[in-house]
Amino acid sequence: MSTRENILAAVKKNQPALSALPDISVFKVHEEDVVKKYSDVFAGIGGLLVSAGSLENVKDLIRKDFDQNKRILTTLPDLTDVAELSDPDADPHTLEDVELAIIEAHLGVAENGAVWLTEDVMGHRVLPYITQHLAVIVREESIVSTMHDAYSKIASEDYGFGGFIGGPSKTADIEQALVLGAHGPLSMTVYLIK
Amino acid sequence: MKSTLDHAALAEEFNKDEERVDWHDGALWWIRQKRDRSAHQTPQWEELREAASAIKSNVISNLHDYLIQFEENLKKNGVKVYWASDAEEHNQIVYSILKAKEIKQMVKSKSMLTEECHLNEFLEERGIEVINSDLGEYIQQIDNEPPSHIVLPCIHKRKEEIGELFHEHLGTEKGLSDPTLLTRVARKHLRNVFLTRRAALTGVNFAVAETGEYVVCTNEGNADMGAHLSEVQIASMGLEKIIPERKHLGVFLRLLARSAIGQPITIYSSHYKKPRPGQEMHLILVDKGRSNLLARPDFRESLKCIKCGGCMNTCPVYRKSGGLSYHNTISGPIGAILAPNLDMKQHADLPFASTLCGSCSNVCPVKIPIHDQLYKWRQEIVKQGYSASRKTFSMKAMALTLSSPEIYKTAGKTGRWLLNNAPFAINNKFNPWYKQRDMPDSSQQSFGEWYAKNGSKK
Ligand code: SF4
Repeated sequence: MSTRENILAAVKKNQPALSALPDISVFKVHEEDVVKKYSDVFAGIGGLLVSAGSLENVKDLIRKDFDQNKRILTTLPDLTDVAELSDPDADPHTLEDVELAIIEAHLGVAENGAVWLTEDVMGHRVLPYITQHLAVIVREESIVSTMHDAYSKIASEDYGFGGFIGGPSKTADIEQALVLGAHGPLSMTVYLIK
Repeated sequence: MKSTLDHAALAEEFNKDEERVDWHDGALWWIRQKRDRSAHQTPQWEELREAASAIKSNVISNLHDYLIQFEENLKKNGVKVYWASDAEEHNQIVYSILKAKEIKQMVKSKSMLTEECHLNEFLEERGIEVINSDLGEYIQQIDNEPPSHIVLPCIHKRKEEIGELFHEHLGTEKGLSDPTLLTRVARKHLRNVFLTRRAALTGVNFAVAETGEYVVCTNEGNADMGAHLSEVQIASMGLEKIIPERKHLGVFLRLLARSAIGQPITIYSSHYKKPRPGQEMHLILVDKGRSNLLARPDFRESLKCIKCGGCMNTCPVYRKSGGLSYHNTISGPIGAILAPNLDMKQHADLPFASTLCGSCSNVCPVKIPIHDQLYKWRQEIVKQGYSASRKTFSMKAMALTLSSPEIYKTAGKTGRWLLNNAPFAINNKFNPWYKQRDMPDSSQQSFGEWYAKNGSKK
C-alpha cells in the first residue's frame, strides 16, 4: 500500500464515532454603530484611521501625507492623479521599492479592525505585504460586525489568494517590546469613504 | 541538540539565573492577562470555545472523509499533494521538490511541524540552506537553539543576548540592544532573503476541506513575503489541521490571536488557494503519529490543538522552567501531552512537569482537558515502567490524593495553606519546582495571584 492508503486506512480505523457539527449561526452581535466600532478598534491596534468621505478627498490626503517623489502604486484607476497604476504583468520582485500602495478592500470587520482583500484588488499578491506603507480604502457600508458576518459575505466566492490584514506588520519577539514594521508595512492607513 | 537531561534537571539549570526566571515568569503572565482582557471583551466567548471544540470533535470523527475531500479540492485548485507518514518521508519530499528545480536556498516561515521533523538539518546535510524568517525563529536559528515557545520562539532570551548575536551574525555595533533598532536590522537582512529565494515553505494553521484553501496566520507578514515572491511554494501540515468549511474559520480566527497574545486577530490571516501563474504550489500532509493518537480515546482530544500557546503562558511550571527544559519542539502543557504519544520512554518525564492546577484547560480555546490528559499519561507511563523513582513517588501521592475527593479537598486546602504560610514545606526535595528557590519571591506573586483566583474555585 502507498503511504496515502496506509494513512487513510489507519485514520478510518482509528477515528471515533461521528460527532455532529455545532450550529454557528448563534454568533450574532448587533453592533449599534459598526463604523465607530471599526474606527476605535483599528486605531487601538496601531492603525491610522482617516474619515476621508470621498475618493477626491483621499487624493488630497495622499498628497499631503506622503512624499510624491517616492514610488506610489495603486490598483484604483480613479487615483492615477496621485499614484502609478499597478501593472499586472510586472515581476513582483520589482515592487521592492514601493513606498505606498493604495488598494480598496472588499470589507472591513468592526470587531478586529481587519480588512478583507483578494488578489484581484491587490493587483499583485505581494503588494500589500512588500510595500513600506499601506493605505486601504474602506467603504463605510462594507463594514461588518464580526468575522462570522465577514465569512457570510465572502460565502463561496472563488479566489486564488485572499487575506485579512489587520494593521501594520509587527513583532514583539525581542523582549515583548512592540515594534511596528517587522518585514512588511511600517504603517497602515485606512481611508473611510461613504 | 538533543539533551540527555530530563525536564527537572534542565529546569534546575534554568532556575540558576533568578533574574531571568523572574523576567520570563512576569512576561508570560503579562501575556496571559492580555488574553483575559481580550476574552472578556468578546461576547459569547465561552460559547465560541464550545463551538471550536465541537467543530474539532467533528473533524476528529470524520477525518478520513475530510482528508479525501481536501485532497480533491487541492488538486482542482492546481496544488500538488503529497502524503508523509513520518519525518524522514516528509523531508525527502521537500528535498525532491527542491532538487527537481535545482534550488539551493529556501526561506521558511513558522512551522512547528518542520522543526519537529528537523527539516533544516536534513536539507543542510544535502547542501540546501534554509533561513527561518519569523524574527524569533531567526534569532533561535542563528543561536543554534530550537524555539522555546510555539508562538514566542525566543521569549527566554534577553535583549542584550540578542544584541550580541546580531553583532556576531549581522555585524551590528557591539552593545546595541534596542529592540526597534535590532528589528530594523533584521528587516533589512530578511527582506533581501525574501527577494532572493526561489522557494518558500510555510506551515498551515487551518486547512478547509470544503474549498481546498489553507490559512496561514502571522503578525510579521513573513509567510506572505516568502510565498508571494517564490516560484515554488511548499506547505507542510499535520493531518489534524483540517476544518470542514470556510465559515468555520470565523470561529477559529476569532479565538486564535485573542488566546495567544490578547490581540483581536493576527495582523495577517492569509488564505492560499491556487498558485500564481508561473508558480508551483505543493502541500504535504503529514501523519507523524496523528493516526495513532486517534486510536487513543484518552488522548485523542489533544489533536484539537490550534497552537495558540495559551496553555504555556498560563502554566506556572512552564513560566518558571522555560520551554527548552521540555527537550521537545512543542513545550509546555500541550507538548507534555503530545510528546509521549510519539515516544513514551524518551518523554516519560514531561507529564510530570506540571502541578495539575488546571489553568491550561481553563484557557484552552478548543477546550482540551489538558491537565486530565497529563494525569492519564502519568498513569500510563508508570504502568509501562518508564518513570523514575522520585517521580513515581510524587505520582503515587498525587494518585492517592486525586482518587479521593475528600483527601483532594483537604490536600488542596493544606497545599494552599502551606504555600502561604510555610513555603519551606513545599520547597523540599520531593518537589523539584522549588529546588533553586528558598522562598517564593516577587515572581511568586503571579503564581500567588493565580492561586488566589483559581485555587478558590476548587
Ligand atoms: S492545547 Fe489549547 S491552549 Fe495549548 S496551545 Fe493548544 S489550543 Fe492553545
